[in-house]
Amino acid sequence: MDVNSVPQDDSSTYAKNKKAIYAKDEDGSVKVVKSSGWSAEETVTKQALEELLENEAKAYCEVKKGLKSPLYYYMYSIRMDLQVLSESTSFFKWTIKRDFKPEVFAKISEKRLAIYVEAMGISSERLKVLQERDYECS
Amino acid sequence: MSVVEFKHTHSAHCESGVMSSMLRHYGLSLSEPMVFGLANALTFAYLPFLKMGGMPLVAYRSMPKSIIKNIQKNLNVKMKLETFSSKEKGEARLDELLAEGKIVGAQTSVYWLPYFPEEMRFHFNAHNLLVFKKDGDSYDVSDPVFEFTQKCDKVSLTKARFVKGAMAPKGLLYYPISVPTEIDLKPLIIKSIKKVSKTMLNTPVPIAGLKGIKYLAKSIRKLEKKDKRYAKLFLGHIVRMQEEIGTGGAGFRYLYASFLQESSLIFDNNEMLVEASEMFLKVGDEFREFALMVAKAVKSKNNIDYEVIAQKLEFISDEEKKVYQKLLELCAKY
Repeated sequence: MDVNSVPQDDSSTYAKNKKAIYAKDEDGSVKVVKSSGWSAEETVTKQALEELLENEAKAYCEVKKGLKSPLYYYMYSIRMDLQVLSESTSFFKWTIKRDFKPEVFAKISEKRLAIYVEAMGISSERLKVLQERDYECS
Repeated sequence: MSVVEFKHTHSAHCESGVMSSMLRHYGLSLSEPMVFGLANALTFAYLPFLKMGGMPLVAYRSMPKSIIKNIQKNLNVKMKLETFSSKEKGEARLDELLAEGKIVGAQTSVYWLPYFPEEMRFHFNAHNLLVFKKDGDSYDVSDPVFEFTQKCDKVSLTKARFVKGAMAPKGLLYYPISVPTEIDLKPLIIKSIKKVSKTMLNTPVPIAGLKGIKYLAKSIRKLEKKDKRYAKLFLGHIVRMQEEIGTGGAGFRYLYASFLQESSLIFDNNEMLVEASEMFLKVGDEFREFALMVAKAVKSKNNIDYEVIAQKLEFISDEEKKVYQKLLELCAKY
């Protein structure tokens, strides 16, 4: 790639930041050129984000319907999944799944809740209540 | 000790960027591509059994921390790496080192860094940055993949340094203790080129090196029989690893082309190196074309031609092979 072909697609995923790409200039040296984005990269980043958002919306509705505890929604809202949450808390997956049950989560110990708070960066008051969002639930 | 003003440099990749800035600050001026090349960082690996977020690991560079470790080994730089048993100790040590006037490398999660664009915040724990100043409860951070230096509050930085899970940083801090001011680059360049070329050509396992690229192509062919939604996510995932995750584009191939071009100057405009650099740029362009093909497939509502996409990767593997063969020819002369 030469310096003039470095894409400058103003990708929203860059949020006005620039990325360093190495490209060849007129005198043959391969040096850093600042890129404002590339559509192909933006497509796949957004694809991943949409997947996360979809999971979040689905989780929201399940909690709204009382099928799952708020923990389930908040996990997805911070782009985690069961594996990442399990690794971040050192809790076994099956014990986290139990906490997804509203009746189990309602009686969660302070100690256990504190570990979720720590790993997820969400206060215990917030974790206990589902935050209102405008996701459409069928 | 004279105090040198720290200079931030915008880089393609976090770990090579941090090491380049750090070495320069302590008196050894090496560009990012030179650091990347001398650390034998270029590679390819496809590990279908190692999953993150439901997707297999696809890597275009060596393991996290290997650049730090290989630079230490190959360049005779003495580094100190410290991890911590508690946040408090980790915070205190960072402050102590900054108070001594040091600039300090740190491993962090990406997700918890507040200055990252919202749409780029994912749970990836092997990011690298430099902390060079403390101002009250705020740190001045030189994150190499950003154009300018950033501010990061103490709570966020600590959170990012002490996330648990895959590749957990455990608060890792690193800085050099002794840095040679002059090195004979020629033998080091030859040695690292030889190492990377041989590894890429001859890795005995089918999941790494050029064989790994072909193996990935094979997996793409198999997507035909899989759920289309998964197929698209898998293809998109490959390209994210290749483009989005601090690579300088085309899975570090452009960065390596730059290393070869810079090396050609050190070898008095060695034509073979110039040519190999050109070839690598072309391989990089092919990877970008592959990315475009995938982006198109992801967006399209029609059927995906997996065969064409797989063939593209196989072609890339063959083209890259020619460069390593050429490079080994060159190494044989030295």
